[in-house]
Amino acid sequence: MRTILHSDLNAFYASVECLYRPEIRDKPVAVCGDPQARHGIVLTKNEHAKRYGVRTGEAVWQARQKCPGLVVVPPNGRNYQRFSRWVRDIYAEYTDRVEPFGLDEAWLDVTGQDGARLADELRRRIREEFGITASVGVADNKIFAKLGSDMKKPDATTVITRENFREKVWPLPVGDLLYVGPATRRKLTQRNLLTIGDVACCDVAVLRGALGKAGEMLHTFANGEDRSPVARIGEAEPVKSIGNSTTPPRDLRCDEDAKYMLTLLAESVGARLREQGFCCRVVQISVRDCELFTFERQARLEQDTDLTQEIAACALALFRRNYRWERPVRSVGVRVTELSDRRNGEQVSLFDAPKREAQRSLEKAVDGLRARFGEQCVQRGMLLCDPTLTGAKSEETYVHRALGWVWR
Amino acid sequence: MARKVFVSVIVRYNEAGRARPLKIFWEDGRAFEVDRVLDVRPAPALKAGGRGMRYTCRIANRDMYLFEDENRWFVEAR
Repeated sequence: MRTILHSDLNAFYASVECLYRPEIRDKPVAVCGDPQARHGIVLTKNEHAKRYGVRTGEAVWQARQKCPGLVVVPPNGRNYQRFSRWVRDIYAEYTDRVEPFGLDEAWLDVTGQDGARLADELRRRIREEFGITASVGVADNKIFAKLGSDMKKPDATTVITRENFREKVWPLPVGDLLYVGPATRRKLTQRNLLTIGDVACCDVAVLRGALGKAGEMLHTFANGEDRSPVARIGEAEPVKSIGNSTTPPRDLRCDEDAKYMLTLLAESVGARLREQGFCCRVVQISVRDCELFTFERQARLEQDTDLTQEIAACALALFRRNYRWERPVRSVGVRVTELSDRRNGEQVSLFDAPKREAQRSLEKAVDGLRARFGEQCVQRGMLLCDPTLTGAKSEETYVHRALGWVWR
Repeated sequence: MARKVFVSVIVRYNEAGRARPLKIFWEDGRAFEVDRVLDVRPAPALKAGGRGMRYTCRIANRDMYLFEDENRWFVEAR
């Protein structure tokens, strides 16, 4: 039997900010994006703010309404990354199987060691060496370990065993289970599957009927039978997709605006594709209008590509086909999937091969110039037309976790 | 609440790469010899904020914390 820990740094961003600013330590604190740049949502909040009902993801003004004395601080990503790295260094002293999940969470496979004792030691060290706290779940699989780390906060260890999981895990709402989002929860609720226990005891065939392969996976999760291993340190998951999205300083109002943003995003995605030596087959766009209604569309290309031009053209065509401008657009994203290694050879189309080769040399040359002289050194003329949109820079989105095998 | 005061420090590194602060220069220009380093460990600076490698130093018969964070040294001053 394995011993797996899931360690979750409590209110991570807010804890780090409070550590650096003792004067706000005893006040309600929320780390928020910049409302001026329209990123004004709560990223994390501390325990005091939680008591006022401040929630992650809500707008700063909503949080302020609930909690007038709220101290709002901007995020300092570099510092959080430093802390995250240091804490991982501690984990690495105990095992070579450490799989991070974001900056503030990680699984550790510590099979053969006393899980609960180790969990307590990790918590003590994180508290004493870094001045922040962690909650740790101990179980024989990743799913229950993660649920455990959520049960008691802050600075606590929760052990879930073969003997106690029915009383500890099964009464939890099904939405607590990893990978159960609003859509899946809705489908489960329709079938009166409200708790993790309901899912665990449900006939697999019913779940498969409702959710397909993912239904089988959830059944395995709910029964604590997940066998997925904890990745070794440095063992990166294969990249499944590359994408960028952004919320520009003002709403997009016409096709020209959309073309502008999609081209900007395609440039970033294309450069990342070429940098990693991949080609893509599928282009995806996501669009969110000013009422926060969001949709995604995707299209398959005729041949694999790593060219900005082709990605941008496909993204724009998708957008034009699917958006009628009932409302202005708040944010857009471009993502490419079905990646293949460029060096494995590509299917060439006889007629436009020379033209594409020329385009590739051009884009490679631009990549090279930007690497040497900075991102701004070569720009498309089109991108200089509208200074009200240029404030936007494409922001790195997290590479999606490997769910390809489930949702394929 | 304590103030976080960055200070200039003379440090000797030994063959193993370990640092030993020798002398601290205060913001007002006064300098103090570090007579002994009693303890070294990573720790938060709970009074002034921040964290780093914490050196417990004996200076003029008094024990005080000296922190190092990415090559910047600071003390918690009243």
